[in-house]
Amino acid sequence: MENLVQIAMQNVNLAAILPSLVLCCFGMVLLLVSVFSKRGRTTHIAWMSIIALAVTALVTISGWNHPQQGFAGSVVLDNFANFFTIIFIIAAALTILISDAYLQREGYPVGEYYPLILFSTAGAMWMASGTDLMTIFLGLEVLSVALYVLAGFFRNDVRSNEAGLKYFFLGAFSTGFLLYGAALLYGVTGSTKIAVIAQQLSQLPNAATNPMMLAGAFLLLVGFLFKVAIAPFHMWTPDVYQGAPTPVTAFMSAAPKAAGFAALLRITMISLETIQLDISALFWILAVLTMIAGNFIALSQTNIKRMLAYSSIAHAGYALVGVVAWNQVGMSAILFYMLVYTFMNIGAFAVLVLAGKKGEENLTLEGFSGFGYKRPFLGVAMCIFLFALMGIPPTAGFTGKFFVFAGAVKAGYIWLAVIGVLNSAVSLYYYLRVIVYMYFRDPKEDFAWVKLEIPAVVSIVLAIAGVLILGILPGPVMELAKMAGF
Amino acid sequence: MADYLLSLMTFFPLLGMLILLFIPRDNDGLLKSFTLAVTLITFLISLPLAFDDVFTVSGGMHYREFYEWISLGSFFTMNYNVGVDGISLWLVLLTTFIMPIATLSTWKAVEKNVKGFMALMLLLETALIGAFISLDLFLFYIFWELMLIPMYFMIGIWGGKNRIYAAVKFFIYTAVGSLLMLVAIIFVYYYAVKTGAPIEGFGVQEFYRLSIPAEAQHWLFLAFALSFAIKVPMFPLHTWLPDAHTEAPTAGSVILAAIMLKMGTYGYVRFAMPLFPEALQTYLPYLALLSVVGIIYGSLVAMMQDDVKKLVAYSSVAHLGFVMLGIFALNMQGMAGGMIQMVNHGVSTGALFLIVGFIYERRHTRQISEFGGLAHKMPIFATIFLIITLSSIGLPGTNGFVGEFLALVGAFESGLRWYAVVATTGVIFAAVYMLWMYQRVMFGKITNPENEKLKDLSAREIILMLPLLLFVFWIGVYPNTFFEKMNPAMEQLLNQVKSKQVAVVEPIQPALTRTFDSK
Repeated sequence: MENLVQIAMQNVNLAAILPSLVLCCFGMVLLLVSVFSKRGRTTHIAWMSIIALAVTALVTISGWNHPQQGFAGSVVLDNFANFFTIIFIIAAALTILISDAYLQREGYPVGEYYPLILFSTAGAMWMASGTDLMTIFLGLEVLSVALYVLAGFFRNDVRSNEAGLKYFFLGAFSTGFLLYGAALLYGVTGSTKIAVIAQQLSQLPNAATNPMMLAGAFLLLVGFLFKVAIAPFHMWTPDVYQGAPTPVTAFMSAAPKAAGFAALLRITMISLETIQLDISALFWILAVLTMIAGNFIALSQTNIKRMLAYSSIAHAGYALVGVVAWNQVGMSAILFYMLVYTFMNIGAFAVLVLAGKKGEENLTLEGFSGFGYKRPFLGVAMCIFLFALMGIPPTAGFTGKFFVFAGAVKAGYIWLAVIGVLNSAVSLYYYLRVIVYMYFRDPKEDFAWVKLEIPAVVSIVLAIAGVLILGILPGPVMELAKMAGF
Repeated sequence: MADYLLSLMTFFPLLGMLILLFIPRDNDGLLKSFTLAVTLITFLISLPLAFDDVFTVSGGMHYREFYEWISLGSFFTMNYNVGVDGISLWLVLLTTFIMPIATLSTWKAVEKNVKGFMALMLLLETALIGAFISLDLFLFYIFWELMLIPMYFMIGIWGGKNRIYAAVKFFIYTAVGSLLMLVAIIFVYYYAVKTGAPIEGFGVQEFYRLSIPAEAQHWLFLAFALSFAIKVPMFPLHTWLPDAHTEAPTAGSVILAAIMLKMGTYGYVRFAMPLFPEALQTYLPYLALLSVVGIIYGSLVAMMQDDVKKLVAYSSVAHLGFVMLGIFALNMQGMAGGMIQMVNHGVSTGALFLIVGFIYERRHTRQISEFGGLAHKMPIFATIFLIITLSSIGLPGTNGFVGEFLALVGAFESGLRWYAVVATTGVIFAAVYMLWMYQRVMFGKITNPENEKLKDLSAREIILMLPLLLFVFWIGVYPNTFFEKMNPAMEQLLNQVKSKQVAVVEPIQPALTRTFDSK
């Protein structure tokens, strides 16, 4: 027994989970802090979580180019994981900055909110750094459980309850698929380690037609496709996004999506290399379906939060194009795109957070009439985010899409790229419509309730900076994304 | 200075825009004067280009600037790669020349949210100049899309009654075309990489030397051609134009007509035709046919308009048809006619939109039936309007004649002989719709009492028109100033297009200079 513990300890290497370790410690301390804080006081917890994220970011950056392996090869902290970790940290930080005033306004100033965000960020990190299906599953659960709670955070609000419950049931169901898939793959290969699965499958005769292996791979992928909201597993997204508290929606649309893609990339591109052609063909269809479903349903939405939910489905479709390409350009493109998407989408949600009244009944197109004139800063910010979501230069939305489609064209998927750009042409209409209401219609209200809270403004300014810098000078970050590929 | 001239000229307006953001928003006078100053200085910066004789000697790119921008090794490389040759030279100068005039035209016309309008004007100027000087396709694409944003807001915020529809239609039409072009651009790049051809990022000059297989060329050419055809606009993709032109504020219409439409024709000349010469050969008859249909259709529809601005908008469709026909002739006359007609259209139609703006500011209507007999009340206006009308028709001695004549001669001399014959009727139609409109608006008795009170042009409005009148006659009488700088570049371009084509249809004509040179 003692011997076993020793062997296990030798393999631990805490450096491989250092960022998430730091974050979790902070999270637990903050939970205690929130217990001993006065009811309704949460601002200090918000700032402490920002500090936690900053420290985690420093730890992560210092690990760049120093890959670490730990826990007997089930966790790795390589550049790939580091890049995604930074994305999660940015998403969490931008979210926390817009949360405090919002929670006060909506009447739920509860301290646990921030640790929950930190825990789910840590879960996302394990998904990106897991090299064993079990580690990835563990990360997915930590990420999801925290998010189930966050989605239903407004416990007296029916929509929020609906969001929490729906997300929980469907999420639990999809996790079941994932585990079942992992079990089948274990049955075929005798391991849950991604690298070992790859090695076993390459030695297995007729691996590509082995029914158990195909079923396992398919069920495993379903779990992740659900998380990143790829059609036909996207049905939960609109209700959950609309019902959840807006900052949580912002976070949900960025971090779990990025985490899902991180795990998807590692699993498909390493373990399932043997059935690359099948997966590419399957994802080709799913990417097209997702882009079409997201964009066309978004066309008829009048609630902006719900519209952004459908748009996030469409964006998952664009990112999936990078997986179909199955080359280094496509892979780095996904990394880059997820970063860009974090900035532009959380930025757009941040504007919604500030523009909403208590209860957020006014976040409709009509409710935004003349918003740009009454609130010039928020109007311009929203325009920048919307142009980025459309993919119009010189915003990062353009460079991101360019990168993804370049990967597809390089791999010879010209038609997929054509369908992709035509879809983004469709998306122009519903994004432009928000601008039409904001600027081309006369104001009906004075938007006097909109207060430019400093943390939220900081979040928006950071997001604008991200969108413009990655749009005009994308080189350095693209270089990092290139280094992060494997 | 010459080393950075192009960048200075491109980004000076952008710098101006950033400074403008710090001017208080209620100080309309200062905002307008500041914008005017910035556009004028930009014009002065660009002026040395007009006097540089290097363009008469060599048809290559001059004033080159080249910096590495995004360099990702095996992934892709993009460069900040700019330059001008005799083809883009006059379009760049047209841009810097029209912008101060357009700015001056807003003095009375734009009253709401002046700061926003002026900021968009300056942003637009950067995008326009940038697109004309880009030699890297990726860079070009960025400027090309960037110009949509300011124009979208200009139409949508300061436009007429139907502005929202017009703005959204304008944006979506143009963006759809360019998105397909984006895929084609990426394809060309990776094709070049795959074949191991020496390239400099997305540099178009290196792409010229590629031999892309014919089958791929067809798709690529169609993607480029569609994008540019929407912008020109060619029949039947022109429907956004009347809406956008009619709804846009005067300054917006002027820029749209005078400069932005040239983006499409320029795109054909710089990118679509020399990059895919073999595909061009296949599609040339169809494109020429569409140009001729555009000429006839635009003229006929213009004839039936009862709104002056719509009439001018449809006349643009016809005029751009002449430009395209001239370019598709693929000989020196036709090309020269097309190129000079681009400048002419900028001058004449720009002036026409200003004229429509003048009467709209006075009467707040553009219906032809509301007017009549204005010549009695506004003699100076009547004179200027007449000169511009005649130039638009193409009366000898004015700029329009030179362009249309050469374009038609070029087409007649080439394989497009019968197209040219049919297109010539467009010249007659132009006379019909323009003169008829002029007659109904300016001559006769004043039937509407409102017109009794009309004032003649103010000093500002006359100053605005004078430079345009100067060029109407300059190009009309001595176009050689312009041709001598265009010719070497056009010759090089035609060589590039023809060298790749299967059977050379005809030898390149002697330089056009001789046609007009009295020596």
